Amino acid sequence: MSLLKQLKKQQQFCIKCIATIFIITAFILWSFIHLGLNPFNIFSNDTSSNSIAYIGRFFSPDLSMPFLMKIGNGIFETLSISALATLLAAIISLGLALPNAGRFGPYAKSLTRFVCNFLRSVPELVWATIMVLAVGLGPFAGTLALTLHTAGVLGRLFGETLENHSPLANRALIHSGSGKIAAFLYGTFPGIYPQLLSYTLYRWEMNIRMATILGFVGAGGLGQILFYELSLLREPKASTVIIAMLALVVAVDTISNKLRVEQLHNMG
Amino acid sequence: MGFSVQNVSFKHANGANALKSISFEVKSGECIAIIGASGSGKTTLLNLLATSLKPTTGLIEHDGFNPWLVSKKALKKLRSIIGTVHQSPPIPSQQRVVTAILAGRLGKWPLWKSVVSLIYPMDTLGPYTCLERLQLADRLFDRCDSLSGGQLQRVGVARVLYQAPQLILADEPVSAMDPVLSDLVIRELVDESTSRNATLIASLHAVDIALRWFPRIIGIKNGEIAFDLSAVHVTENMLKELYASETGSLPTQS
Amino acid sequence: MARYLASSGRSQFSDPRASFRLTLIIVSLLVLWPMLKLTQFEPWLLFNFENLEVIGNFLIQFFPPNHDEGFLWIVAGATIETLAIATAGVALAILIAVPLGLIISHSLSISRIGPGSDYLFSRLIRFSARFLMLVLRGIPEIVWALLLVRVFGLGPTAGVLAIAITYSGMLSKVYSEILESGNTLPSRALLVSGSGRIAAFLYGLLPSTAQELASYTIYRWECAIRASVVTGFVGAGGLGQLMDQSMKMLNGGEVSTILMVFFLLVLLADHLSLLIRKQLT
Repeated sequence: MSLLKQLKKQQQFCIKCIATIFIITAFILWSFIHLGLNPFNIFSNDTSSNSIAYIGRFFSPDLSMPFLMKIGNGIFETLSISALATLLAAIISLGLALPNAGRFGPYAKSLTRFVCNFLRSVPELVWATIMVLAVGLGPFAGTLALTLHTAGVLGRLFGETLENHSPLANRALIHSGSGKIAAFLYGTFPGIYPQLLSYTLYRWEMNIRMATILGFVGAGGLGQILFYELSLLREPKASTVIIAMLALVVAVDTISNKLRVEQLHNMG
Repeated sequence: MGFSVQNVSFKHANGANALKSISFEVKSGECIAIIGASGSGKTTLLNLLATSLKPTTGLIEHDGFNPWLVSKKALKKLRSIIGTVHQSPPIPSQQRVVTAILAGRLGKWPLWKSVVSLIYPMDTLGPYTCLERLQLADRLFDRCDSLSGGQLQRVGVARVLYQAPQLILADEPVSAMDPVLSDLVIRELVDESTSRNATLIASLHAVDIALRWFPRIIGIKNGEIAFDLSAVHVTENMLKELYASETGSLPTQS
Repeated sequence: MARYLASSGRSQFSDPRASFRLTLIIVSLLVLWPMLKLTQFEPWLLFNFENLEVIGNFLIQFFPPNHDEGFLWIVAGATIETLAIATAGVALAILIAVPLGLIISHSLSISRIGPGSDYLFSRLIRFSARFLMLVLRGIPEIVWALLLVRVFGLGPTAGVLAIAITYSGMLSKVYSEILESGNTLPSRALLVSGSGRIAAFLYGLLPSTAQELASYTIYRWECAIRASVVTGFVGAGGLGQLMDQSMKMLNGGEVSTILMVFFLLVLLADHLSLLIRKQLT
């Protein structure tokens, strides 16, 4: 290609880039205008003094023993919600994985794919509000909501893992007279088990974060305590809950990182 | 189990003719070696006998009935008395040897027994005995991915021994083993056949093993039977023609 | 290794994994029971007649979804508001995340390279910046939204700020990781020859990492749209606030419409983000 053509090509590419950046910037400006938001005016005088006083009340967390016990209970409740939901979802997804991988034909596959997509597209919080309608306020609604959402996520992941797995071991057992279930357990499951476990644990980690906020719509855990305290305008107690939430997230993060490093070492 | 192969042909999905009009009869308790060059159709024949493939034309009858015309239940029962030793054992790598062997009896066990054995092996003596015959008993509780190729092949054989089938189909069962071990394994398979009057059909690449252990040899070339004789009648010329496509001397184990 | 249990009279071999598996099963059951109690796991509630009535009536209203003209206009307005909240929020987040990321990333650290009296000082700054980042993203955006609604009242302002705060934490962490994992030699060379941190960034790191930085940011914008809907549930504007109101009134038809619009919005954002990211390569 001649030098002139090369330069022209570079110019064209640049124009595309610049145009994209221009459009994005315009979009951003439009957003602020549409919302009537001036970022430099947000901290105007009266909101400013209000917010400072408000924030100030958060800096003296309530550390009384009975309340700390309540929070401890909330932490266990949150962990239980997330663990139970992830466990149930994993079991359900094991069942969903088979049609999802096409073991029961193309119609079953499309149907299962659609169901999984639907389950995981609806945000967990929306599921939680619906579940509160179905079973009332409390942690059970939260567990159900997370179970449904996670089943959608894991159902798809499990199905993909199964689909990519070699059917040879399974087939060999069927041809020695084994039933379908036994052939799956002895032939396929040992091969896909590590990957499935990895997905499940990763989802549990994310579900812990989710379980802390489902309480905002009444589905139990730390979130419910926080919502309650904020509604009663008890900021010191609320800040303790927030600190607990933060501590939980950081702890889970650190532990899972350590475990991941160890697992990598073990796999060598 | 006796069976008869009548004018069987098999065409692969891509159109290649693997077998062309094969016919032979086998009586219960016979030991037959199938030999031929690579790609001649040995594995396809064994797969057809194992009912894992369906003949494109022709008929295979096991003990007088056609496995493709019977009910699912009857087919399952038939398959549970057919044991296949694969050249490359289809065993999940993380599985333990004991579980891999126990899988041989899945066709006979009720579901609850299969599930429990997955967590706690209900029969460890059986697998141990089978492994002992193949000099691998010390690896009973090891994971399969810690075994060498030859050791894994022996686990595959042990699984079939544990299954105690009426028809043993072995597809190059000793390809990854040294001469001493391959002799041992073949001897165990032949002993198994004679002790329970089970039919043994083994496809082998090494001609010397076939001639040493098997009274009847079927030679396959390009998907057709080149000869079907007792071992004493097989001449050097016949073998040379069979392996004409392969370079150099006849393939042997030792 | 197999051990012949002649003493116990059985001719079996002890499975070396048996005791481990048994312990695992027992521990799991011991943990499972209190978990079920704590989460008030009562599946029969699902089939409780009163509950079935409530949820049944609600779900039946889903078909057909509400296609009242007036309502559809409201939904359209809320959708646009959600888009605006997400965009404005991420824009503000970038504003905070860029300096924060620059401070944190090791590849732009002058004090690490050579002698200097303020090594401890810069370490302190880096440490506090990391701590700040942790707090910003450790607290879920919906919590921030709830707090900000108390200060700024109901409406999109709280949503924009909530997203800005949380996402600045997330973006700065990933920005610093991208900057540290890229080719750091050019920027190091510039720092060693005395250039300022910002210049080193612009001339040394930015050219090679710009695409990855932009790509991740666009991906985060996509997540922000979902997050804006969620924050709406505590009154921070957009589709979420609308859905919350409709749910509180048990109006299944309205919820169904909003859900569909939400799916379409997410699909649109998905495609748009893919398009833009392709353009950037």
